[in-house]
Amino acid sequence: MWLNQFLFFAAILFCIGVYGVLTRKNGVLVLMSIELILNAVNINLVAFGAYNQDIAGQVFALFIIAVAAAEVGVGLAIVLLIYRNRRSINVAEADLLKG
Amino acid sequence: MTLLLAAEMTETEVWVANSFFLVIALVSIGAALKMVTTKNVVHAALYLLIVLSGVAAVYVILGAEFAAATQVLVYIGAILVLLLFGVMLTRAKIGADTDLDYEQKWIGGLVAAAMGAVMGYSLWEAFSDVKLPDDRLVQRTDAVADSIFSTYIVPFEALSVLLLAALIGAVVVARRD
Repeated sequence: MWLNQFLFFAAILFCIGVYGVLTRKNGVLVLMSIELILNAVNINLVAFGAYNQDIAGQVFALFIIAVAAAEVGVGLAIVLLIYRNRRSINVAEADLLKG
Repeated sequence: MTLLLAAEMTETEVWVANSFFLVIALVSIGAALKMVTTKNVVHAALYLLIVLSGVAAVYVILGAEFAAATQVLVYIGAILVLLLFGVMLTRAKIGADTDLDYEQKWIGGLVAAAMGAVMGYSLWEAFSDVKLPDDRLVQRTDAVADSIFSTYIVPFEALSVLLLAALIGAVVVARRD
């Protein structure tokens, strides 16, 4: 098996995730796209771990999964707060910092 | 203790693994594309489920079984349910929602395509002749545990504090007062 088949799979998932983050207005959908990006990075780590025959890749993939869990928890809390204050989770409307 | 359990892969096994990988990759990429284009928020979560399961299967192909199990438990079991709670609590529209995307989608597509081109080119330049070792490695879970609780104990503790901070932070931010 080639290393590149995994890396290209991860790169494609990463780009789809970036597209989702840039084009989606709904806050929850943006968070879902971020999960896609984090997963792509995880595939890279595990693939390089398998290539180097080193356990570190898998360990850091596990760390990233835990960080993703923390991220989605705080992210959803923020989205809920935005929804409570504005009755909408459209991230395009949350532009108070715009001059 | 051996870190890795090595077992020589036969030609057929490599072929089977590659076929499985191809099917899983195509299904995952298709589901990911549907996820970022669908008009229904709940459907997007279900497409995300397909992608996450596909990634777990890729972990199994790469021999990272504990990461695959954690992926299923944490991502599919917890994060996806959390996202569905988010969908429910923000009262997303039932059925198709027309106002989910920006109008200028092509800019996002352009950025993603440019990133894909750069990454694809550099990956092809750097790793086009690199193969995974043939003696198939299963990364043992006890080796993972040993590694986390010896070599990586400091990042592990930092992560524990981060999770606690995220827990408290989420409660504080979302609390009604």
